[in-house]
Amino acid sequence: MKLRRTSIGMLAIMLVCLSSLANVVYAQDSVNMDAGVPLPAIPMGQGDSCVKDTDFMRRNHMDLLKHQRDETLLKGLRGEQYSLKECISCHAVYGPDATPLTVASPEHFCRSCHDYAAVSIDCFQCHASRPESGDLPAGHQPGSTFPTTATVNGSQ
Amino acid sequence: MSRKTKDRKLTKTDGFDPARRSFLGAMATAAGVTLAPGVILYGITKSSPANARALDSAASSDVRWGMLIDLNRCDNGCDDCVSACAKENGLRGFGRPETDAQWIRKVDIKNPDTGYSKSLPVMCQHCEEPPCVDVCPTGASFKRADGIVLVDKHTCIGCRYCMMACPYKARSFVHEVLEDQKSYAPRGKGTVESCTLCVHRIDADQQPACVEACSDTGGGAMLFGDLNDPGSEIATRVAKYASQQIRADLGLNPGIRYRNL
Repeated sequence: MKLRRTSIGMLAIMLVCLSSLANVVYAQDSVNMDAGVPLPAIPMGQGDSCVKDTDFMRRNHMDLLKHQRDETLLKGLRGEQYSLKECISCHAVYGPDATPLTVASPEHFCRSCHDYAAVSIDCFQCHASRPESGDLPAGHQPGSTFPTTATVNGSQ
Repeated sequence: MSRKTKDRKLTKTDGFDPARRSFLGAMATAAGVTLAPGVILYGITKSSPANARALDSAASSDVRWGMLIDLNRCDNGCDDCVSACAKENGLRGFGRPETDAQWIRKVDIKNPDTGYSKSLPVMCQHCEEPPCVDVCPTGASFKRADGIVLVDKHTCIGCRYCMMACPYKARSFVHEVLEDQKSYAPRGKGTVESCTLCVHRIDADQQPACVEACSDTGGGAMLFGDLNDPGSEIATRVAKYASQQIRADLGLNPGIRYRNL
């Protein structure tokens, strides 16, 4: 009797595992899911590629920024590869009036993922969350085809 | 008896003595030389302001940035330096003059006996021995190797000890939520800030905004340069003509000097 109860329990656990696995597979195929875990809609960045590949940036962007800020502020090193200013200008998201959105908007690049992951960011208490017109990358046309969105499984 | 000894000890350590500190520093250097025999320094080439520091090299203590302000050329009514600073660093007022950020201000002084008056721009004096750095509990207030006194807002907790310690009233506290700051001059609510000597411009081999405005539209009263470089214009002028520091009696050795005060 006892043994049978245990095996039924095991079966139930396995079923739950299988169904969640199916959900993950489903998530990879579709952006707008009707069921399951919703994924963040991350706006695409400007240009062909980021300073590092997407997987690396997802996990390590905070370390690059923190290292960079100390080098710049304390030692005056300004020739480094990474900077928040660059992040902001490449990843700016434009509103309907073709001006870049601030972090007050949920569509802001940083917020789109940080809201999802429930990680608060302090950067924009002091740093500007959108580029000045002079900071935009060359050849950028605000309000054109940009922004497009990508899922977590997309290229950027 | 013990009470007396304690009192004496207190008086001994009471007060700040820069001479004692520099003596200790010299002792440490001497020890370093003895510890490493056979090492001879042949002479250090100093970078001049015209010689831009490479972007990937750190600020060096060979340089001491400073300013010489000739008050005979500074007009009473002119505040071009103040408005240039606000424009450069994105300082905006909130209609509250008591608390609005003020990195540089014009101070009018008058001798009541004679009526003789002067107007002088006062900003962070970039002391060699900055009291704001001494009192900062988190290490946010710091002096860069080239003598520029800055606030690391990543570690500033907004306690405002530095504002009380500064004899020049050079620091401001940000009371309002800010948006659209300049990318090179980040600033935000709950932190203390002051003149950065336009550190972003210096690192790009440019003059501070106030100095540039003063020579463009003002009286050309402000001269910026490396006090450590004997060939620089500021060092030559400081050596040739009498100049003063404000509250020189405090022994803080500010990098900002005034002529004809």
